[in-house]
Amino acid sequence: MIADQKQGSYFYILQSPFISLRAVLFLLSILCLPAWAVIEVDRLSSPELSERYQQLVAEYRCPKCQNQNLAESNSPISVDLRTEIRRLLEEGASDAEISDYLVARYGEFVLYRPRVQASTYLLWLAPAVLLLLGLLIVVFIVRRQKRGASESQTTLSEAEQAALQALLSEAENTQDKIENSSGAKS
Amino acid sequence: MDRIKLFIPLIIFVVLAAMLYWGLGRDPNAMPSALISRPVPAFQLPALGQLKDADDATLVVTGQAELLDEKLFLGQVSLLNVWATWCVSCRVEHPYLLDIAETGVRIIGLNYKDEVEAAQQWLAKYGDPYEQTISDPTGGLGLDLGVFGAPETYLVDHLGVIHYKHIGVVDDRVWRMTLQPKYQELRDALAESQSGNTQ
Repeated sequence: MIADQKQGSYFYILQSPFISLRAVLFLLSILCLPAWAVIEVDRLSSPELSERYQQLVAEYRCPKCQNQNLAESNSPISVDLRTEIRRLLEEGASDAEISDYLVARYGEFVLYRPRVQASTYLLWLAPAVLLLLGLLIVVFIVRRQKRGASESQTTLSEAEQAALQALLSEAENTQDKIENSSGAKS
Repeated sequence: MDRIKLFIPLIIFVVLAAMLYWGLGRDPNAMPSALISRPVPAFQLPALGQLKDADDATLVVTGQAELLDEKLFLGQVSLLNVWATWCVSCRVEHPYLLDIAETGVRIIGLNYKDEVEAAQQWLAKYGDPYEQTISDPTGGLGLDLGVFGAPETYLVDHLGVIHYKHIGVVDDRVWRMTLQPKYQELRDALAESQSGNTQ
């Protein structure tokens, strides 16, 4: 009975022209989030290929318009390359084969995710190395501060001790004087 | 030791400044071709035709429908110039290509993603610096060559191997500073190998 009512209420929403329009618009606006993805997507024969295609075109850089990937770019060369990638996907090429195909023609430049090889070791390893370096520096500083603190406790010489005592007793004297004077006033 | 530590910020600053200064002078559009030292990819495409003087002193495009392939580049050092009628910069470099061709440089044209008729009219109107023009209306050869826009000019040796790629307009400065020395080098190498063969 309750379920029926619920269903009924849903139908009511759909039947109301005003709300259904809103609902449709809301749904559409949610579906539009990945709208930067390429329009030609539905030309691929299977959803798996479409998904791989979307991933691939986001990973390659347009050779002409250098701060866009193939998915975002509307330049003729990007359109051509997207067509090529679709063709290769339909022919059953693996991601690595497609990557090789593009690199053979346009160079490593088109890869937004560079390959791990001798020329890119610096690029790939630099973050880890820098992080390690930072940690080492932090450890070094913390240790030195600790050692510094413990040393200062033990290395007060006799003369220093005497001077410290003198200062402390002087401070006490002045404190007493102030208290005395304020006491006299009140 | 503490003295040296004081200089660390300065050292970092100097290194960073040097790197940024070096970066200022680099062309972010410079993109090395992936095909340097590789042969011109295999292709089989129709010739656009050549501009010839006809009997009645008019210019006609002849030799069309002849199929060209990568053997076109064998035996001679050539420039491969990628052009199209839709490409504004190609119009700019065209007169200069005519000048270069007149000095005896062999230029092969690649009419890239263009309409055959429009391209023929262009050659009839502005002159034909190309010994042969490959007609590539779908851009298939362009894709294999790694072309991403016109104009682009490749330097190809007598074995059909690509030695250099220039992106953009070829003008007097580009020709004299970069292309001609490389072209001459290849010509000399070819002449040397030929004289070696005849001996």
